Amino acid sequence: MHLPMRLPMNLPMKTEVPPSPVRRDLLAMGVGLAGAVFVRPVAAQSEELAAAVAAFAGGATVRPGRVKLEVAKLVDNGNVVPVSVSVESPMTAADHVTAIAIFNEKNPQRDIAKFAFGPRSGKASVSTRIRLATTQKLVAVARLSDGSFWSDSADVIVVLAACIDGEA
Amino acid sequence: MARTLLNIPKTAQRGEVIEIRTLIAHKMDSGFLPDAQGQRIPRDIIQRFACRYNGEQVFSAELFAAVSANPYLVFYLVATESGMLEFEWQGDNGFTQTERVPITVT
Repeated sequence: MHLPMRLPMNLPMKTEVPPSPVRRDLLAMGVGLAGAVFVRPVAAQSEELAAAVAAFAGGATVRPGRVKLEVAKLVDNGNVVPVSVSVESPMTAADHVTAIAIFNEKNPQRDIAKFAFGPRSGKASVSTRIRLATTQKLVAVARLSDGSFWSDSADVIVVLAACIDGEA
Repeated sequence: MARTLLNIPKTAQRGEVIEIRTLIAHKMDSGFLPDAQGQRIPRDIIQRFACRYNGEQVFSAELFAAVSANPYLVFYLVATESGMLEFEWQGDNGFTQTERVPITVT
């Protein structure tokens, strides 16, 4: 969620000599190249993450809570990042977790893994090892048998990225 | 046949929640990495995992390229009856492997 950027409206505008057209073109080209080739805009990635979560929830509201996403805050090696997700649930036939999904913000793909559970699982908990391309946010979403969705998120700092050429 | 490592209690009490740990040797090429010549290595990952308890599916997973090489999964099951636990991995290029482990429930 982003707060709207507050612009200093009451400040007087500085009067400057307009930059030369050539310089302006070069600047624009530079900005354009950086935007197109090297990095995808951060806002777009957050939107993709939100879209992936929304697609999993199928339009239902995803509330924070009940889910616990455990991952180290500082990760040395992005190729092997242990994560575990658990959900508070009695896991009975009437009230259990049916699915857990893990999403990321800045890997080439938003999906990491999806797990399906039932009352015979006994415990809504799963652990695995994942790859992270860079420092980013992870989101775990759980679907319960009553149709509600719960989530938890974690910010992870990655020192050595899972080597992904040409990706931010 | 890929090597697997399955850590499952041999015996359990009825109704006990048991921990299942599975690992399979698989490189999980994400399809995003180049090789030494700069050519992209095509994707080769395990996409699906399923655990069946006496034929009934009790846990399954859908894996994507962001899962590390040698996919390792830890999950839980309720020990209900003696029988067979079956683990199945399916992936790209027709990869499929099934392992069976017996369990005794007292």
